[in-house]
Amino acid sequence: MASESGTTNSYESAIKGSPDAVAEFTQRRSAVHSFQHLLHQTPSLVPLIVLLAAVAVFAALLGAKFFSPFTLTLILQQVAITGIVGAAQSVVILTAGIDLSVGAIMVLSSVVMGQFTFRYGLPPAFAVLCGFACGALMGFINGTLVARMKLPPFIVTLGMWQIVLATNFLYSANETIRSQDITEQAPILQLFGESFRIGGAVFTYGVVAMLVLVLVLSYVLRHTAWGRHVYAVGDDPDAAELAGVQVSRVLVTVYVLSGLICALAGWVLIGRLGSVSPTAGQFANIESITAVVIGGISLFGGRGSILGMLFGALIVGVFSLGLKMLGTDPQWTYLLIGALIIGAVAVDQWIRKVAA
Amino acid sequence: MEPILKARNLVKRYGRVVALDHCDFELMPGEILAVIGDNGAGKSTLIKAISGAVTPDEGEIWLEGRKIGFSSPLEARGAGIETVYQTLAMSPALSIADNMFMGRELRKPGIMGSLFRQLDRPAMEKFARDKLTELGLMTIQNINQAVETLSGGQRQGVAVARAAAFGSKVVILDEPTAALGVKESRRVLELISDVRSRGIPIILISHNMPHVFEVADRIHIHRLGRRLCVIKPGDYTMSDAVAFMTGAKEAPGAAEAA
Repeated sequence: MASESGTTNSYESAIKGSPDAVAEFTQRRSAVHSFQHLLHQTPSLVPLIVLLAAVAVFAALLGAKFFSPFTLTLILQQVAITGIVGAAQSVVILTAGIDLSVGAIMVLSSVVMGQFTFRYGLPPAFAVLCGFACGALMGFINGTLVARMKLPPFIVTLGMWQIVLATNFLYSANETIRSQDITEQAPILQLFGESFRIGGAVFTYGVVAMLVLVLVLSYVLRHTAWGRHVYAVGDDPDAAELAGVQVSRVLVTVYVLSGLICALAGWVLIGRLGSVSPTAGQFANIESITAVVIGGISLFGGRGSILGMLFGALIVGVFSLGLKMLGTDPQWTYLLIGALIIGAVAVDQWIRKVAA
Repeated sequence: MEPILKARNLVKRYGRVVALDHCDFELMPGEILAVIGDNGAGKSTLIKAISGAVTPDEGEIWLEGRKIGFSSPLEARGAGIETVYQTLAMSPALSIADNMFMGRELRKPGIMGSLFRQLDRPAMEKFARDKLTELGLMTIQNINQAVETLSGGQRQGVAVARAAAFGSKVVILDEPTAALGVKESRRVLELISDVRSRGIPIILISHNMPHVFEVADRIHIHRLGRRLCVIKPGDYTMSDAVAFMTGAKEAPGAAEAA
């Protein structure tokens, strides 16, 4: 290199006559390529296609029994809890984390809402607020351990899952609050169980809560700075930090938000069950992760949309109810959902290759 | 003339490794200062200390005569020091516009911005497009395409455009031409001269001697964690500079700098 001194950059004069274009994009794309690009830009498209296909297949097999406003809205009611918990799971997984404690936080929050009303005689509305505070606190503990102590999210939330669930059983003394008592003394706790009809369609307030929540989060993630930061942190936390994102703060707010959404799910759970039961919702964490994965959100973070999670939850709901109406062994449902999970991740990998 | 950026006795240790050993540093207003040194000499640590990515164990830094102590890159950016890192610090899945405005997003005017916190996408996209056009990078057709769909040179261009657009006091470039082809390097060198002509001083870290000797006003030679000497490119040849930084030759005035 040293021998070049004196003749600085003379080799560059050769480029003067060359064309100006630098690395232009050629339109060499085949149909498959353009499809891959489309999926890359709109990741929720895959689960939407699968969902519509599943509805079409079951409608063909079962006819009007399945393809009726009543049945389709029944599916919505059945996935309301999973959809809400899945929304909490989505924001966490977008940061390349995972929250195994969502189900436990949901149940503990619902128990707090119930016990604060019936054991301490607090006004039900205030007890609901306490339930939300409980969810936020659990989320804050998760977030602090992940962001400030730099512990892996899987380990933190695996531990918190056990801790929160044990707290739930110890505090509630494994005692269920009966539905009649709630209806008589604190109907606000069952708010999300109430329903209204539009034609043959039946909507509970829980379904409305899920849809509103997903739409609001979808807006926040796409159109606010905080939402973009969530994606940036999940994509590459070091790059995000250097680019000026306060990574720790984003992570803590994400886990707190997750806790708050779980508390909302706890409230909706009371509406769905009618009672407050400390043994409810045991599988909420696995169901929410399933919805997120089938919905095309990458477990490696930074990719996917919350609408996809909703479609993922609905796909599971359509399969469960459709196969039940066909009278098949319920194990077929699990088998198919397992295949969908693996298929969804395979598709995710394929879409990522668009960059290469 | 007073230096715009001055550091004295910077020390940074990583365990038993001393990355900065009582290092001094000076950047004059309006100049391009190149920092060269062998691998492991501590160039990157020096730059990180100035850009807030690393907090030095000892020593002091002044910006325009005021003492500063950044605890994060965000604070350094707030003070007008903008850095292009070797890793570029971009989020591959996000768009060019999102990346350019990361951490300093524009919000819509009125209630949509203040209450609903909605981003002003059109304004951000227009700004990004203008800056890329200035850099001659408008072969990028779609400002909304994800950064991961760009080539290495285009990504570098976006990162340099981001720093040039927002740096008000100092722009730091860490190996800006390392990943680039001949023509793209030329564009970046032209951009560096453009930024200087706007009166903003630049710190350029590079291993490319022809580039350093072409654009730099002064060259800071870093060796074994400290400033060995500062030379003017006109006074010495490239082989002299390489000899100083590798220790093959006694540096001018090395005795008092050390």
